[in-house]
Order: sequence, then C-alpha cells, then structure tokens
Amino acid sequence: MENTCSLTRDTDALITERRNSIITTGKTNTSISCTEDSLAGSVSQRACVFCGARVVLNPVTDAVHLVHGPIGCAAYTNDIRGSLSSGSEMYRKSFSTDMKEKDVIFGGEKKLAACIAELVETYHPPAIFVYSTCVAGMIGDDIVAVCNQASLAYGIDVIPVESSGFISGNKIVGYRAAGEALLRLITPKEGEVIEKTRKLNFLGEYNLGGEKWVVERYLREIGIGINVAFTGDSTVEALKKAPGSCLNLVQCTGSMHWLANVMQQEYGIPSIDVNFFGAENTAESLRKIAAFYDDPDISARTEALIEREMTAVRKVNEKYRQKLEGKRAAIYVGGAFKAFAIIRQLTELGIEIVLTGTQTGKKNEYERMGSLLNEGTVIIDDANPAEIEKFLIEQKVDVMAGGVKERFLAYKLGVGFIDHNHDRKDGLIGFEGAIRFTKEVYATTCSPVWKYVRNEYGETDR
Amino acid sequence: MLDCTPEGPVETHTTGKINPAKTCQPLGAMYAALGIHGCLPHSHGSQGCCAYHRMALTRHFRDPAMASSSSFTEGASVFGGAANLKTSIKNVFAIYNPDIIAVHTTCLSETIGDDVPTIIRQSEIPEGKYVIHANTPSYHGSHVTGFSNMCKGIVSYLAESDGTPKKERVNIFPGFVNPADMREVRRIVTEMGVPSVMYPDTTDVMDSPLLNRYEMYPRGGAAIADIIDSGNSKMTLALGAWSSAEAAAILQDKCGVPGVPLKLPIGVKATDALIMAVKDGFGVDVPESLDIERGQVIDTMIDTHFHYQGKTVAIFGDPDIVIAMTEFLITLGMIPKYVLTGTNGKQFETTINGMLAEAGIEGSKVRAEGDLFDLHEWIKEESVDLLMGNTHGKYIARAEDIPLVRIGFPIMDRAVHPLMPVTGYRGCLRLIEMISNTLLERRDRDCADEDYELVL
Repeated sequence: MENTCSLTRDTDALITERRNSIITTGKTNTSISCTEDSLAGSVSQRACVFCGARVVLNPVTDAVHLVHGPIGCAAYTNDIRGSLSSGSEMYRKSFSTDMKEKDVIFGGEKKLAACIAELVETYHPPAIFVYSTCVAGMIGDDIVAVCNQASLAYGIDVIPVESSGFISGNKIVGYRAAGEALLRLITPKEGEVIEKTRKLNFLGEYNLGGEKWVVERYLREIGIGINVAFTGDSTVEALKKAPGSCLNLVQCTGSMHWLANVMQQEYGIPSIDVNFFGAENTAESLRKIAAFYDDPDISARTEALIEREMTAVRKVNEKYRQKLEGKRAAIYVGGAFKAFAIIRQLTELGIEIVLTGTQTGKKNEYERMGSLLNEGTVIIDDANPAEIEKFLIEQKVDVMAGGVKERFLAYKLGVGFIDHNHDRKDGLIGFEGAIRFTKEVYATTCSPVWKYVRNEYGETDR
Repeated sequence: MLDCTPEGPVETHTTGKINPAKTCQPLGAMYAALGIHGCLPHSHGSQGCCAYHRMALTRHFRDPAMASSSSFTEGASVFGGAANLKTSIKNVFAIYNPDIIAVHTTCLSETIGDDVPTIIRQSEIPEGKYVIHANTPSYHGSHVTGFSNMCKGIVSYLAESDGTPKKERVNIFPGFVNPADMREVRRIVTEMGVPSVMYPDTTDVMDSPLLNRYEMYPRGGAAIADIIDSGNSKMTLALGAWSSAEAAAILQDKCGVPGVPLKLPIGVKATDALIMAVKDGFGVDVPESLDIERGQVIDTMIDTHFHYQGKTVAIFGDPDIVIAMTEFLITLGMIPKYVLTGTNGKQFETTINGMLAEAGIEGSKVRAEGDLFDLHEWIKEESVDLLMGNTHGKYIARAEDIPLVRIGFPIMDRAVHPLMPVTGYRGCLRLIEMISNTLLERRDRDCADEDYELVL
C-alpha cells in the first residue's frame, strides 16, 4: 500500500476543533476532550440515544419492544446484535407504530394506544417497552401518559423509554433511559416482597453469542448462581426478582453503573466491577467474586477452575504469540470497558497497541487507558473514518478491533480486522472466548490474502 | 423456534408494522448519492440516522459507505438546523473535500421544517463545487421513495440542456439495484453500440476493488459533467416505476429528453423490452452476441424447467424488483402465490394482479405496504415451495421450513451478491441457477434413502 492518506489536502484529515479529541501518550500534556457533541459535518461513527436504549433493553426476551416512530427506527434496530435467548423469541420481532405524515401532524398517541391494545390482545406479553424516537419526542407525544394508562387498563408493565435520538449525540444518555425503564420494571409493587437470595445479578452482560451462558457455567462450577443478567437472556419475571440478590456484578460500566448505584441505595446490594473479556481479566473477576462470598470451598473451586482453564489458554497463546509478536494493533470500540479488555489481550499476545479510541469514553477512563499504553500511542475520542484512516496508515497497523463501520475501511487499507461489536456472533467471553479471540486475531492478521493486497502481482514480501 | 406469529387462527394486524418489509427514505437517498463520483452524502438530522444508514449499506455491500451528519442535538431541534447545515457544508468541504455534497433530510429536520434549498443558497460553496438536496421524510414512503427523491434532486440541480440537437446517447436511470446489475445494463447497451450516461452509478463505489491505494471517493460513480450533459441525450431509459420514473419525468420536463418507462430488466421479457427500447430509439440492430446470450437462457430454461415448473413461490421486497421478478417467475412456469412489498403505491397490486390474471393464475395474495408478519400468516395458512426475498425472510424460512433464495435489499448474511447481476440475460442464468439448485438441494436433503439419485 502507498503510505498516504486518501485526503490529499493540507488539512491532513484533522480539523482544528477536533485536535483536543486526539492525544498521543507521553507527548500530549493536556487531557483529552470527550463526551462532547460531535462536530456538525463530521462522519461520526456514533449512533443515537435511541440506539443506546435499544441495545440495553432489547435482550429482555419475552417483552414486546414497540418503537414509537417512523419505520426506519425499528427496521435498523431489528435484531440489532446477536444476543441469544434460551426461551422466548419475542424480542426478535420488530414492532413499530410506523408513524406516518398524518400522525406527525395530528399526534401519534392514539395510534400508539391502539398498537399497545392490539399487541396485548394478540400476544399477552408480560411487559411492553415503548421507545420514544426523534419524531415522537419532537411533536410532544406523551408516551408516559399512554403507557401509564395502558398499564392500568391491562394490568401489565407498559414502560416508556424516553430515548428520542436528538436529546444527545451520545449513546450514554440512551443507556440511562434504559436504566430508568429497568428500574421501573424491577421496583416492587406495593405490598410485594422480594425474597433475598445468595445469588448475584450480572449487569451489563447481553448474551452476545451466548456469553452469559459461559460465565453462568463458570459460576455454577464454583458454586454461585446468577439471579438474572441485565439483560442478556433475561425475562420480565426474572428481572423483577433482581432486588433479592446479594451482589451486583457490573461488566459494561457505561450502560450499568447508574443502575448499580441506585440498586445499592434502594436495595442495599453492593456491586463490584468485573470484566470477563480476556483470560487474565476472567481469572481476576472470578477471584473478586469468590472473595466477596468469602467461602473456602468457593475459593478452592475457583482456583481449580482458573488453573485448569489458564493452562489451556497459555498453550494456545504461546503457540500464536510466536506468529503475532511485534504486530501493531488499533482499537476503536463503543465503550471503554471493552477497550481495556482488548488492550490487555493483545498485549499478552505480544502485539503493540498503537492507536485506540472509543465513541463514548469518559475522562477518567481515557486517563486509565493512557496508563496502560506505551508512549507514542494515539488516543482518539469520537473518531471519524478520515482520522482512523490517517492513523492506521501512519502507525502502520496490522490488525484492528472495532465494529461494522470500521471493518471494511480496515480491509481497504490492508489491515486485518476483528469484530468486537454488534456483528459478532461467536462469544469472546471467558477463557474459551480468549482462545477464540487469539485464533481470530491470528487468522485475520496472518491471512494469506494480505500477500496479494500488499504486493503487486507477486513481488517480494513487504 | 423463531416462530414469529401467534398461535390460533390467521389474523392480520391493523395498526403499525410487525417485522417491516421496508426501511426509511434517507437510506435510499444516501445510496443514490453514493452513485455520483466524488460525492459525500450528508444526512441533515441527528447522527443516529446517519450511522444506521451507513451501517445498513455497509452490511449489504461489505464496503465502506461514507456520509456526514448535521449532528443535531436538542438546540438544533428547537432553534432549527440552519446553522448546523451551514457549518456542516463548510466543514465537509474543508475536511473531506468532495466535489459534491448531496444533502437529504430526516424525520427531525422535516418535522421542524428546515428550508434546505434556502439554507444551501446561503451557504459558502467553494468554486466549482456543488451542493444538492432531496426531501426525504422518513414517515412517508420507504427507502425506495428516498432513492427516487434523490434521483429527482440530482436531475433538478444538475441536468442541463444547451438547446442543440440531441446527442446520439441514452441516459440510464438504473433503479435501486446492486452495482453488478447496473454494470450489466450498461454492458448490454454498450454492446448495442449506443453510448450511455448512467446515474446513479454505484459500480466501483459500493463494490470497489481493493487496489494498492485506498480512496475515500472510489473511481466509480457517475461524473458530474456527464450528469449535467444528460440533458442533451436523445432519450432516457427509466428502469423501475418506483425508483426511476419520476426523475425521468423531471428530466423530460426540464430538458426535453423523452423518458421511456421500463421494468427493471430482470427476466427474459423485461430484458427483451430494454433491448427493444434501445433498438427502436436509436435504430440499431441487436448484435449477435446478445442473440446468443438470450438463446443460452432459453436453452437453460428448457434444460431446467422440470426443476421448478408448477412450484409455488412467496416473494417480497422492493416493488420494482418484485414486479420484474414476478414476471420472470411466471415465465418460468412457477406460481407466485404470495407477492408483497412494504412500500406504498396501489399500482403495485394492480400490476401484479394483471400479470397473474394474464397467466391464468388464481388464488394468489398480493399486498402493497404489507409487512413480514402478514406474509408469515399467509404462509402458515397455506405453505409454498420457495420463498424469495431479502435476509429478513430467513426467520420465516426457518419457522416454516421453506428454502429461501436471497434477492433484493438488504442481504446481510451472504457474500458476493453485490458483484453478481440479476439483471439482463446473465442475471436470468444466475436466477435460474439459484432457484433450481435451491430446490434440488432441498430435494436431496428431504428425500428418503431409496429415492436419493445421482442424476436429477
């Protein structure tokens, strides 16, 4: 590949307003600018508030998820990521009020109420989540009132999710809307008593490719039960028992810290941060959980499991480390917790991280990220493709981890790619996920196809 | 598993949509805009929409789909998006340096009533650069409507006539199809010796080759100069009533280029019609090479007719594709039992019902502006041998154990389709191959051991 950016102007792909959103470890003294609105006119990789709410709530498997808006909002988020269910498939259906011009002019509340009535009658769901979109918010449809009325009329939870896309350019606001909806669902009704148990809740785990099931298996082996995951493979009934848990694990911090804090205040449930991505992280997380239970049997079983699984992981990693040592990687993901995990895993494989960034990272997260990386690593908040392109070339990246919008850009630049986002179907969690990750990194970084990309008609290797 | 219809008697719902068979206007507008060389589509609204459309296009084409956004937040939504659009235009030219920006609206900017043409006029546009627009409110029509609206925008802003006698050249409005389909249509017209201008043209943009250098604006796409000059062409082939007819009508009004409305050239009859339109319009002969291609299709149809003749099909998707495909299925002797599109337009039902009546096929169900819940209920009532449509059909296919032939947009779970045409005679061969082989695979899979045969 020629080492020049496709943008040939002297702006070198960076615009002045964006300069504070990009830092280089060891070289930039100021801290990164983040959590701000995207620049008008940029090709942002970010989505919207509605998307944030939808990805968090959609894995509630037996609920009806009704999108109150024009057809697109429901169509694009139908089965938005591969979260799996052990029972109901209701969540895979895409329900939309399909707002039309006349609804925009005269208001969509009546249509929404009619849709809810029809869905209750047809499916008898235990709960309906009603998502507000840009248009519903803009014309001022009172979805809260419609939902309250429907809840009373049908005796089920009809829960408004205030997720109008334009509220913010940041998905985190949508996570909060989802958190509020979940809180409303799990708050015991008057006179209702939730039994306390020794089980834990697993917050910020969405069962992508069956990932919740993997952790559940580990925990079962060491003698700990999961009450419910928020929200991977969850049901309405199981979620309602959440206040009875003795501990909250928080994995995806961006989406679930707020809810964990409220649950601590309201129900006295303590929480610990865990991260099951990568073998070392998984081992650490299991030990933290075992320590919380403070039971010698649990600790002994935990150590035995870690020993057994780490042996398998080490064997694989050693084999692939030889092939991957010295390669250079880029990471661009939605949230920081995922970035931390990938940084650690790639580093363990002898790969150097030369570029990293997120759509929704916070200042303290970026500071921690900087401390994990070598000097000279570029860190970008809310990157656009031009910036990603520029730094993939400048930093001579061999492999990138990211989501669907980055995948084909990386390929076009001759860079291997591993999806760590919505388009991934095989779990990357736990020890077995770590092994799968290593194999995938090897397969894409060292694929024979790159020989044909990087050389012109069989000329010498680069 | 994945049975997406309720138990009990077949009912249809009356409000809203369940499992939509369409998506919204801006996606089509973005795709059309990508068919101009050096164009950056711009989504005037909040950035979520832009991200979804880029994601949807990327998943189908497996190529980067670049587009910028006005990045509306609450302020813009309350005070209007003029400042955001002006800033966007300035920034986009400064950072991404396109030759042209194609703005499309979203629900949000439509609802607050932004006057996009006026804002564009008030914006700073560098010398020699262009900014065009289309209104694409998502609460009206579908992605096909959005594609058509952007095509209209391209014609309105760019096409010009210099009043001289018309050039011996044909404009091609290819419709909302894959790059390979566009390439195939152009090849046929070129084979007939007639120069052409095609737009939008997403060949080498959404199926761009991996060469030794990445280009943000790949080498493909219709050149702006050619689009401008299209007002001087002798005629326009408008392929697909939903996606191309209105743009052709505007070009006829504006520059006096007569538009010939045609179906998408999917299937023998529709491809014949395309070739005859060029033959009649330019007085050229059909070259022997096309005769041979057509003969190969007919030969193949005879070789394979017993694979599929008499089989029932359910077909859904965008109206232009479904109409042409239904015609081809009838030609093959198959029975289109359920025909459905998510896009509105009563003409759809009239056209399909006319074809079915002409072929003497009775008892079929046809619906415009339906959804996949409707289709699934129909199939549960009485099943079919084959399902044809986009990836969203796979849930019905699995629940009802029917083979699925993927055609249309979006296809997110199979590869290579953007590079393989379904248009023209070559497209006929590919469709026959897909339909025949899918049915034969199913027969091999399902048959008893004693019926398992080497030759079929």
